[in-house]
Amino acid sequence: MLQHQFAKWSNADIIVYIGCGERGNEMTDVLEEFPKLTDPKTGRPMIERTVLIANTSNMPVAAREASIYTGITIAEYYRDMGYHVAVMADSTSRWAEALREISGRLEEMPAEEGFPSYLPSRLSEFYGRAGLVNSYNGMLGSVTIIGAVSPQGSDFSEPVTQNTKRFVHTFWGLNRELAYSRHYPAVDWNVSYSEYVSTLQNWYEENVEPEFLDIRQKIVKILAEENELLEIARVVGQDVLSENKKLIIEIARIIRIGFLQQSALNLIDTAVPIKKQYKMMQTVILLYEKSLKLIEKGIPLSEIKKLGFFDEYTRLKFEIRNEELVKFDKINTKIKSNFKKIEEEYEEHI
Amino acid sequence: MKVQYIGLEEINGPLVFIKTPKNIVFEEQVVIELKNGEKRIGDVIRLDKDITTIQVYESTTGMNSKDIKTEFMGTPLMIDLSKQMLGRVFNGTSKPIDELGEIKPDVRRDINSKPINPIAREYPKNYIQTGISSIDVLMTLIRGQKLPIFSGSGMNHNELTEKIIRQANINDSGDFAVVFGLMGAEYETAEYFKKSFEENGVLSKVVMFQNLSSDSAIERILTPKIALTCAEYLAFDLGMQVLVVLTDMTAYAESLREISTLKGEIPSRKGYPGYLYSDLASIYERAGQIKGRKGTITQIPILTMPNDDISHPIPDITGYITEGQIVLSRELYQKGISPPINILDSLSRLMKDGVGEGFTRDNHIKIADQIFTSYSKVQEVRALAKVLGESDLSFVDKKYLEFGKAFEEKFINQDLYETRTIYASLDLALELLKILPEEELNKL
Repeated sequence: MLQHQFAKWSNADIIVYIGCGERGNEMTDVLEEFPKLTDPKTGRPMIERTVLIANTSNMPVAAREASIYTGITIAEYYRDMGYHVAVMADSTSRWAEALREISGRLEEMPAEEGFPSYLPSRLSEFYGRAGLVNSYNGMLGSVTIIGAVSPQGSDFSEPVTQNTKRFVHTFWGLNRELAYSRHYPAVDWNVSYSEYVSTLQNWYEENVEPEFLDIRQKIVKILAEENELLEIARVVGQDVLSENKKLIIEIARIIRIGFLQQSALNLIDTAVPIKKQYKMMQTVILLYEKSLKLIEKGIPLSEIKKLGFFDEYTRLKFEIRNEELVKFDKINTKIKSNFKKIEEEYEEHI
Repeated sequence: MKVQYIGLEEINGPLVFIKTPKNIVFEEQVVIELKNGEKRIGDVIRLDKDITTIQVYESTTGMNSKDIKTEFMGTPLMIDLSKQMLGRVFNGTSKPIDELGEIKPDVRRDINSKPINPIAREYPKNYIQTGISSIDVLMTLIRGQKLPIFSGSGMNHNELTEKIIRQANINDSGDFAVVFGLMGAEYETAEYFKKSFEENGVLSKVVMFQNLSSDSAIERILTPKIALTCAEYLAFDLGMQVLVVLTDMTAYAESLREISTLKGEIPSRKGYPGYLYSDLASIYERAGQIKGRKGTITQIPILTMPNDDISHPIPDITGYITEGQIVLSRELYQKGISPPINILDSLSRLMKDGVGEGFTRDNHIKIADQIFTSYSKVQEVRALAKVLGESDLSFVDKKYLEFGKAFEEKFINQDLYETRTIYASLDLALELLKILPEEELNKL
């Protein structure tokens, strides 16, 4: 599902989607849906910028092993023409299993969990084919690989997951618990990482806002703190936590519902431009900082909650359309004035 | 006149080895004639320069190496098919065993059909009503889907299977049929199904293939393929909406392992052959809908997880091929909730496009999402209550406990003979959600 979302909405010029051992019905879904979608960049049908390698799980095993290489070779061909190509490989675990099956038939000596000993080198060769390239014709093109790994038995220590993590610099871990509670995309913010964050500082400054990474850092901090607090709360209950800790839990909750969760079925929420993402982050941090100020003055969290901004925030993503970013400024002004009012009222009382 | 070869080199369990004759083909059908004239079928599973390996489906008992006549048929394994198969009972190799005589074949088909090109498929978009609230509302079965049931030894999956076969139907016009494949079932289980179908008058819409636990293990490998070949005929030739129920896939996978070991292949996870994934895929992927054909094939494979372990290779691999799963929970079963479906572990991946406006009701997905979110919160509150004690919980948390209990007892729990329409189930879900304070219902 997540890979389909990437294929639909990422801003690459060309998408190569490798359905390696995919379900037949899911492949058909893509084949029926993509001609109907419009590519926001060109206004043409989405299928025109997409190459699909449809290898369903019941096709011959050798084809499954080859499908990954077919896909990346096609991607390199477009890269050399100066396009930015995104390769979605779904899933590399099926490919590794094909490798294991063929290796077994060849009666090779198995290494870890029955996989052949050359699994890590094959994986590194594959991921090594990603990159930004100045081709001989003077064009700048790139290949980006988004490889899906479906760990056997949901065990992240199995060979394909472990060896993949050695060769990549960004990792998005999907979490079963999140999926169960219908938190989609189920990307676990506690285990996922990107080693490119600081590299992107200049890009964010030029293309979004200079404070982008600062605000991001604040959000990361709140979420990490929530994680710790929930551990404590699980033992002693939430009621004994101090007011500012309760605020952290409350803010983290609305970050999760109002920002991290995205509904693929909602027309506005299915793809959110980065500028709106920034505005959403900015508003929640404003809410946090203003609330914290009030709490420090002794105003209880329950009073602040009564203003209704927390619940309103969780609905903003559906209510503010992607091009109506000014509305965020209006909300920010409203937050500031209402918080000021409650602060003044409170000061009058004492 | 086909050539017959006399004599064998070696017999090892269900495998026989002969000196490789000229002009034979991989996976070709073989008929082996015993000295007393009895004929048994098999196929070529390995071709070496000197020796050819044949697997014999109906056991090798009573064979000796001298007097055996082997005949190569030149075609893969084929079975006879006919519309008259509805309401009949066959063994695992497609021979009638209900004493109603042979069927009059309309066509003959290869049991290993070809993969369907995704371009030729139609994306599944309608549902089958099972009459079971938790399945219909939360993991709706879509026509053309493959949705396995993960159970464990000692749980009542046979009851659930029987209930699904008895109750499943479609809410629009069209012919509905069930193809039921039993692999490695005990005699009493097979009789239980047969008797219940007869008593409830549903046998006429069922084709039953049964391989008993006392039958040859090798034969078990054929049963799902034969059942699916029959289903493909009913769906794609005769335009019926076909539900294929296969139980127990664990017994099937074990047969596969048995033969793999006999062939001396290098084992992969837990001794299962490296091609377990490809092999299971060749079965499960035979579900679907084809452009320009009226019929559909929906599959419910049932498997028992050894030691309730969902990461065991069989459920693990199955989950990667199928479009979701229905997981049974021993905890609910012990609480007396039946069918004991663990809704949080269960999922139907195709549901989003096959329910809602035009199929069920426009708010179907919202109700389902709300139930999943609230019920997963119930689990959190229960964990908390274990530590703190119920009396120290907040008002909202207490409401969650109340909702959890009512939901399990009234919604998941359902009498064996109670059929609820999908609409009644949706109403019931909304009714139960009213237990919770309104501000907790953020998905509705």
